[in-house]
Amino acid sequence: MASTETSPHAARYPAGAQAFPHRDLIGIGQLERHEILFLLDEAEQWVTLNRQPTKHNDLLAGLTVINAFFENSTRTLLSFEIAGKRLGADVVNMHAATSSVKKGETLIDTAITLNAMRADAIVIRHGSSGATQLIADKVDCPVLNAGDGQHEHPTQGLLDALALRHALRERGEAGDDFTGLVIVICGDILHSRVARSNLLCLQALGATVRLCAPPALMPTGIEAMGAEVYHDFDAALDGADVAMMLRLQTERMSGQFIPSAREYHHLYGLTKQRLANAKPDALVMHPGPMNRGVEIDSEVADLIDRSIITRQVEMGVAIRMAALDVLTRRGRGVEGWGAVT
Amino acid sequence: MKQARPLTITNGRIATPDGIADGGIRLVDGLIDAVGDVEAQDGDETVDARGRLVAPGLVDLGVFAIDKPAFHFGGITRAALMPDQSPPLDLPSRVSYIAKSGKPDLWVHPLAAATRDLAGSEIAEIALMREAGARAVATGRGWIADSGAMLRLLQYAAMLDMVVIAHAEDAALVGSGVATSGEVATRRGLPSAPPQAEAIAIARDLALAEMAGARLHFRQVTTRAGLELIRTAKARGAAVTCGVTPAHFMLSDLATVDFRTFARLSPPLRSEDDRQAVREAIADGTIDVIASGHDPRGPEDKRLPFSDAEPGMAGAETLLAMTLSLVRDEVIDLPRAIAMLCTAPARILGVEAGVLEAGKEADIAIVDIDKPWIIQSEKMAATAGNTPFDGQPTQGRVTALYKGGVDIEL
Repeated sequence: MASTETSPHAARYPAGAQAFPHRDLIGIGQLERHEILFLLDEAEQWVTLNRQPTKHNDLLAGLTVINAFFENSTRTLLSFEIAGKRLGADVVNMHAATSSVKKGETLIDTAITLNAMRADAIVIRHGSSGATQLIADKVDCPVLNAGDGQHEHPTQGLLDALALRHALRERGEAGDDFTGLVIVICGDILHSRVARSNLLCLQALGATVRLCAPPALMPTGIEAMGAEVYHDFDAALDGADVAMMLRLQTERMSGQFIPSAREYHHLYGLTKQRLANAKPDALVMHPGPMNRGVEIDSEVADLIDRSIITRQVEMGVAIRMAALDVLTRRGRGVEGWGAVT
Repeated sequence: MKQARPLTITNGRIATPDGIADGGIRLVDGLIDAVGDVEAQDGDETVDARGRLVAPGLVDLGVFAIDKPAFHFGGITRAALMPDQSPPLDLPSRVSYIAKSGKPDLWVHPLAAATRDLAGSEIAEIALMREAGARAVATGRGWIADSGAMLRLLQYAAMLDMVVIAHAEDAALVGSGVATSGEVATRRGLPSAPPQAEAIAIARDLALAEMAGARLHFRQVTTRAGLELIRTAKARGAAVTCGVTPAHFMLSDLATVDFRTFARLSPPLRSEDDRQAVREAIADGTIDVIASGHDPRGPEDKRLPFSDAEPGMAGAETLLAMTLSLVRDEVIDLPRAIAMLCTAPARILGVEAGVLEAGKEADIAIVDIDKPWIIQSEKMAATAGNTPFDGQPTQGRVTALYKGGVDIEL
């Protein structure tokens, strides 16, 4: 558990560069390839720890981590809470529904209030794109983005990469990154911050990313981000190594985007038959929560050796532990982590 | 305050409809007495313009707040106030109150709300508001979705010979969008609307206005497709004019990449190609008016996540300098810049200003067109400094301003 030592993979980082020179984790878009790999490498030790009977480390003992969730969440909030607690931090959850946000307080004032409580790290989820950066600009401690509007969800992108790397390594296929892999992300791309973070993360690690959605759920100009755009799911799956399914975010939709769930499933549901278009041993991923029978069939979601959906959840805790550890190193006075940009 | 005694400005470069010529101007009893080769007469107050530009006071067509210090800084002596106020300008009493609010040193021309509460369904008491001082009718920052209501409005306004100032964005296409669809909005995950929302709105309103025989002015046209529709309509003789604000010829949607809410505008910033189209349309005369769209917004409206912030920018102070940048960039010449800032908006509003001619109101700005300065949000005269041009060096400042022949302290 020697996370305070120099990374064992220092050789792959640029000489003289800090392994992770950012105060906050706002988006994958701000990270270099080697910084992504650094976080993945750092998470490995926590994967190991989390598989022990005693899953505890006092690395962050005495630190306060506030999870400020302005948008409902079960899985991500729980994952961050467990991550903080396993590292020995005092974790406090603030739900917008029960907070002064409902009483008319502005986001900035809430941020300043949290800051005054001397948090050592703040985890933010908010329904508006850019909100996490806005808060980060007003507080003195590291800020982790747990999802801002339709912009980014960086820990999801990282945990997906980690889960995929683990699954490939178990098969003896993976190198450090995903060069040569073809990954299909299918579903409500327009409203998905997960799709954006994953697109950026997987591309940075060398994969070819195909995005698949009906035109109304495909954001304009996403080709400029390097994605290959498909509307025909069978064509998108052709020869793919990974199929990552996203749910329809009906809570973000104004107006009708698809005629019905049944019709959506007909065109974009991942069935066993459809999965046959991909490579024979192609992996299946889903960031959750799943709508079985809509974007993914149960028999696909539960495929042993092919579906790594539960592994994604497992890796989420490890990635968030790594992020909390790395971002608080400066505050904890870890040697060599003094200066941040 | 009335002009006490005649004033003669000498040694200026006088901007007249025929061009820029060395000379002077004499102001008597609040009106322009003579332009060009003038001599100060006995008892005149005299001012040496020291070779600076002597221009009409700017007529700002379509502002959202009365903000006198900002208008005076920018050389604006008349401003047409949009009906999007709280409460909206949809009653004669409100219009009458606003019409008097800036006098004597700033004349505010209220624009009557086209529909009650700007809701887009019931036509407001436009004739009574005209009596109360409304200079034109405006749909506000929204568009009238009901084509039947829009046609009836245009017919009614045509009968009253009032120009209708329209906002060109198809509301159903815009939805909750706060940005223009494209790479920037997609990368940032901002709710966005296709730029075609503008051309669709313009096409409909043009057809209805021609049917009704109404005069139509689009306050802002910001896309290549929208401008092409205006160009074609003008070529066939339609009674249409349009304007733009400097943000749309200075900036593209790249200005929103860091979620900076000072660049959250209505309509939103467009692509670089659309920005170039706006500059071309300014050059070829398709765009008639450059206005500030002045809308000072404090932190409670702007220090928010991008999509939660209110749109608008404080533009009065930078209107002149940004327009002069088009002259330096050789997009237009100086007389045309004056026409776009003064003459054309005055003509659309039907006010006796915006041109240096004997008999017109003595609204005069003396401008040092080369004076360098830096736009600083913190130091602006406006009630709020929400400018996307913060930190930008620019050139051109008003050094003296007269409203009705009376010197305004700057």
